[in-house]
Amino acid sequence: MVAKKLNLKDKYRALTRDLDWDYDYADRKKAFPYEEFEGIKITDWSKWEDPFRLTMDAYWKYQAEKEKKLYAIFDAFSQNNGHLNVSDARYVNAIKVFLTGVSPLEYQAFQGYAHVGRQFGGAGARVACQMQSIDELRHVQTQIHAMSHYNKFFDGFQDWTHMHDRVWYLSVPKSFFDDARSAGPFEFLIAISFSFEYVLTNLLFVPFMSGAAHNGDMATCTFGFSAQSDEARHMTLGLEIIKFLLEQHEDNVPIVQKWIDKWFWRGTRLLAIVAMMMDYMLPNKVMSWKEAWEVYFEDAGGALFKDLARYGIRMPKFVETTAKEKEHISHQAWWIFYTHGHAAGFHTSIPSAEEMDWLSEKYPDTFDKYYRPRWELAKEMEDRGERFYTNGLPQLCTTCQIPMGFTEMDDPTQIAYRSSDFEGEKYHFCSDGCKHIFDEEPEKYVQSWLPVHQIYQGNCGGADVETVLREYYKMNLGEDNMDFKGSPDEKRWNEWKSKGVA
Amino acid sequence: MTIEIKTATLQPIRNTFANIERRFGDKPASRYQEATYDLQGETNFHYRPLWQPQYELNDKSRTQIKMEDWYDLKDPRQFYYGTYVQQRAKHQEATETNYSFFDKRGLTEHLPEEVKSHLITYLIPLRHVEHTANLNNMYGCAFGYGTAITQALLYNAMDRLGNAQYLSRIGLLLDGNSSESLATAKQEWLKNPAWQGMRALCEEMTTVEDWFEVFIAQDLVVDTLVFNLFYEQLDQKLAVMGGRDVALLTEFMQVWNKDSSRWLDSVLKTVASESEDNRALLEEWVQQWRVKTLAALRPVIAAMLDKGDALDIADALLEARLKKIGITR
Repeated sequence: MVAKKLNLKDKYRALTRDLDWDYDYADRKKAFPYEEFEGIKITDWSKWEDPFRLTMDAYWKYQAEKEKKLYAIFDAFSQNNGHLNVSDARYVNAIKVFLTGVSPLEYQAFQGYAHVGRQFGGAGARVACQMQSIDELRHVQTQIHAMSHYNKFFDGFQDWTHMHDRVWYLSVPKSFFDDARSAGPFEFLIAISFSFEYVLTNLLFVPFMSGAAHNGDMATCTFGFSAQSDEARHMTLGLEIIKFLLEQHEDNVPIVQKWIDKWFWRGTRLLAIVAMMMDYMLPNKVMSWKEAWEVYFEDAGGALFKDLARYGIRMPKFVETTAKEKEHISHQAWWIFYTHGHAAGFHTSIPSAEEMDWLSEKYPDTFDKYYRPRWELAKEMEDRGERFYTNGLPQLCTTCQIPMGFTEMDDPTQIAYRSSDFEGEKYHFCSDGCKHIFDEEPEKYVQSWLPVHQIYQGNCGGADVETVLREYYKMNLGEDNMDFKGSPDEKRWNEWKSKGVA
Repeated sequence: MTIEIKTATLQPIRNTFANIERRFGDKPASRYQEATYDLQGETNFHYRPLWQPQYELNDKSRTQIKMEDWYDLKDPRQFYYGTYVQQRAKHQEATETNYSFFDKRGLTEHLPEEVKSHLITYLIPLRHVEHTANLNNMYGCAFGYGTAITQALLYNAMDRLGNAQYLSRIGLLLDGNSSESLATAKQEWLKNPAWQGMRALCEEMTTVEDWFEVFIAQDLVVDTLVFNLFYEQLDQKLAVMGGRDVALLTEFMQVWNKDSSRWLDSVLKTVASESEDNRALLEEWVQQWRVKTLAALRPVIAAMLDKGDALDIADALLEARLKKIGITR
């Protein structure tokens, strides 16, 4: 008798999850100890649907082809001084933010997926996570290699990993991923695979890569194209984890909902950096932050949550606040950086007259009313030779760690302050969303390493800001920081242009 | 003769990233260096892991091994993701040719029944050992310290999944893609008394806490013994039994083992020569796991190989390796 041949799905199962077995000699709970403490109930791992079916031989083959092409472009890019083709030297600041703020998150993703790729009891889920782990390692390494050439010609890239661990605004992305990795394995997947990769990736990864494409940055945009098929795989994992958890047990629904609420808000706060990048840092604009939010969250995310309603999942908490924030957040975030430009590792600048007109057009209800006057005043001061920098150090939100500069969304002239008391101490927040996250897990967030507190406590190598920047952050003062106008970046760019090499 | 195309030369303002410059001086760096050194977060972690509050997220004290600088454990193959996948893709292509040759020529049909039964009873169950190795290397990747070692452990973990999948495909070649042989081989793994020692050992390894101990147990002790016994000694026996062609299907694992050993020996040499404490600890772990592994292998090797000295041969190889690395003196 000829046995029935395996179909693709069964073959993949045979080559992955069938490798595992039920333990008889050691305690399986000791081998996979972190599966229960979050309260998630897994009744049957065999119900896991493999989100993609890629055996290692195929993985090596496809990925090697992609890498070969990508590195050929990198080589050509540096051989031909590809940095001279960017729209303007101001653009490069966007990818400084990327290397110092986002690439280290790819690294943390590599670590986080390695952890869950070891710890999940279900082999199907483990293997999917392992593949994402190695993909994330790919992303951080190819990003370094894409930026390596820029580092040779511009300031601010050179100490990205040292900076990520220390610099005040980089604690925003760092604490985001520390939060996810320090959570249990299921929360990590809801945080990163679902909330981040599936719901919000089009608002982080895509804007940077589209920004690169619109501004002549071939290295970064080629990386983006090359990573696209990896990202697509990661999104399918995000969708599978949520369906799997919701279908395993009804008790999982409220836990998952709580995580969605938390990570959606945590994600939107992190995206404030992308918002200002899109509206203020790109010489050639892609679309406004508001438009991006509408297309990628309100339309696409809205459809997704409609789909999830049958499991009893509703839209994330505070989603109505984000509908108002999309009008304001980029302007307020860039203002924070502009006024603290002496303490930033990249160059800030005032939008040009044409850029302000673009912002008026994209934000008809808010820009002229609230933000244009501010920039015009800043311009006046700059013209008088009194470029404005704030002297003091800002108070930070305990949860998202962004300086408390965001306003009440119903009154954009009023800075929003929220606070909670915990064990005799007062903690401050920028929003109801951040306060809510703290109140749910105060024991976690009281641990936050808040850069400004740390400076005041003398843990950052000096009492004054300049010493902290120079010695603790290892910034090259006068080169990495301050306004784009008058920066060495600008001078070199103008020299290249006038010599006709660019 | 050389020809020279004139390009615009611009003087770079620096040769490489500042962390690389601090380590190696102000000169152009390799892609391996830029993609490896200091990538992992070192300080100012915000929250302790809910699942291990006794440690920081990245914490050197997850092992008793102590290194002044964990980035000393560099990979002599200089594998970062790009070089790694391209190297494996090459091996994979050669292996694919072997497998399709085997299939096209109908070599399965020419295998004596006894060879087939040997493969199902002894070789294919190794896919479960490879699966254990996948878990154990992932463990080190997740809990280890410094990108130099953790990236290499990830590559190793993915390789082990690949090895397990190639072993499974041998089964699928034997059973014409029905997976019956995989099911039978799994029953051998689960029920055959000869395999139970190895199965218990594999299960035990996944419960060990110190990631470096797991690394030693799996990648040094178990792998040295298993690769010699199953891919050399069993291979020789199969050849005698008329199953020479099987070597086409296990070549990947043999080539892989050579490649991986180069890395392992170099890393462990660095760890052992760092301090006497490290060396003594490595020796202690090796001796513990060596005794256990030899005992676990004894029944299956006795059933699989006719030679009484098979285990001694493998063990002598391990001993030589330990000396070469500098773990035993």
